Amino acid sequence: MISVDLAVIGAGPAGLTAATLAAEGGLRIALIDMNARPGGQYWRHGQNTTHPIGLHQSAMLDNRLTRLAAEVSRGRITPLMGYHVWVASAPTVPGEPFILRTTPTCDPASEPVQVEAQRLLIATGAYDRQLPIPGWTLPGVVAAGGAQALLKEHGQLVGQRVVVAGTGPFLLSVGAGLAQGGAHVAAVCEYHSPLRWLQTPAGAVSEPGKAREGIEYAEIFVRQRIPYLPRHTVVRIHGETHVEGVTIARVALDGSLHDHRYLEADAVALGWGFTPQVELPVALGAQTHVDVDGSLVVTTDRAQRASIPALYIAGEATGVGGATKAVIEGELAALTVLHDSGENVAEKRVHDLQRAVRRAQRFARALHNASALPATLDELISNDAIVCRCEEVQAATVREAVAELDATRPRDGKITTRAGLGWCQGRECALAVSCLTMGTDTRKWDADALRATQKRPLATPVSLGALSMMDADMASTAQGEK
Amino acid sequence: MNHHDGASSVHMFVFDGGAIPFTPGQSVAAALLAHGVQAWRTTRVEHSPRAIFCGIGVCYDCLVIAGGVRGVRACLLQAKDGLQVEPMPLPAEAPILDGTTTGEVSQ
Repeated sequence: MISVDLAVIGAGPAGLTAATLAAEGGLRIALIDMNARPGGQYWRHGQNTTHPIGLHQSAMLDNRLTRLAAEVSRGRITPLMGYHVWVASAPTVPGEPFILRTTPTCDPASEPVQVEAQRLLIATGAYDRQLPIPGWTLPGVVAAGGAQALLKEHGQLVGQRVVVAGTGPFLLSVGAGLAQGGAHVAAVCEYHSPLRWLQTPAGAVSEPGKAREGIEYAEIFVRQRIPYLPRHTVVRIHGETHVEGVTIARVALDGSLHDHRYLEADAVALGWGFTPQVELPVALGAQTHVDVDGSLVVTTDRAQRASIPALYIAGEATGVGGATKAVIEGELAALTVLHDSGENVAEKRVHDLQRAVRRAQRFARALHNASALPATLDELISNDAIVCRCEEVQAATVREAVAELDATRPRDGKITTRAGLGWCQGRECALAVSCLTMGTDTRKWDADALRATQKRPLATPVSLGALSMMDADMASTAQGEK
Repeated sequence: MNHHDGASSVHMFVFDGGAIPFTPGQSVAAALLAHGVQAWRTTRVEHSPRAIFCGIGVCYDCLVIAGGVRGVRACLLQAKDGLQVEPMPLPAEAPILDGTTTGEVSQ
């Protein structure tokens, strides 16, 4: 059992920034992350280098790692890398600690660790959103973020001839990284027109760093001769036991698909934006709302406090906005935690950070509006596409449930078809099931419907042994009783 | 990527009875891909091959048995000298619960 002033879950840009700063302010911290090394997705790196292909702002990562090492050696930060928090419980009486139960991820022989924390900061980041297409379950098909993770952490290419598809500027980063890593990028298919990003008034102008990154990618695309295909998408992935090729199509303004053609490929990387990881705040009962991109996000005050006392949220879990926003919110959350712990913090810095958060939110909103979900999925998700990768439920089955059983909420779709009941607990198919049951106009989605897709009493499956160690009160929390 | 260690310190783990080389810090999934293993799980319903998909511990497609522990995510699992890794058996009847059944069991 480890007892600390503050537990930080997630050691990405937000969590790493917050943990180092709060430790420097005098607090004892447990920093928990399911990966082997701190950095999260944005700062993912290998054991031997903090400057792999495709890593941006590596100077800031080095700064954080140096400060982390200093705080670890003076005993202020206990790093728990390679541990997944599978259940968190909030204090029932004020003054009691949060209790976090973890299970090892990197080394199955490690002992689970339990953490007691007076305050809890959740900075669990996000993962790629997916829309199912036939063949996306074939080996060789990966999430765009997965392709980049393999490259950044292990220098490993997903294939020699790769097609990247979906929507959003992240696809540029993935395409550029793969080409720099030595892959032939056969095409980067962007569902929308990238002109939509440039037309966002509050967009690139308010984030000069992002504009610079964009120019960098453009140069790499020209130099590496990567075909960038706006208003195109992958509609089918071919292969027997592994990817052999893809069918791509042009997307007309009404969403209809034309000019189908075949491209040879041995790997495909897919991404349609990002889903914040909010199951822990949802399980704790924190207030949530639907963001402009259709993601369920945690509601906070302007100082990163959630609706539960002593719970703080930073980074993607408050709204997908990338590493810049995450770093700012991480610092702000640390200052709020220090303030709430009775320390003096510089008010001017807090105000500056709050202004910076609002600017980052404007940028994120503009980007979300420009990379919205397709207006129609009738043609894009064909009936033979497997929606739920775990339970192998086809789109036809979900559509039947909608038509015949009146499944108009994602939870209905889940119960009637088993989509979302497998190992990943709906993380991969929740977006598709939401789209198929409620339509793709995310302005019409409500938080209650989405919360049902994010309810995971256990954040990761664990053994019966681990479950049997839970106290009676923990068991009731795990069942979502509030 | 770096081969500073030289041939004197080749690192190996065991997958399905065969030796797989790795560099320290590599995940089991990355080492399998680097060694040309294209898939290492078979699905329950359609008996289809699966490998790594999300790459970051979210999708549970890359599950293996490692050191006797079932349902370990190969994308997070760090390769270790002599580690015994096995494919998940079919049908997947591991003593492991998904979150949706846990409520009933622990009542």
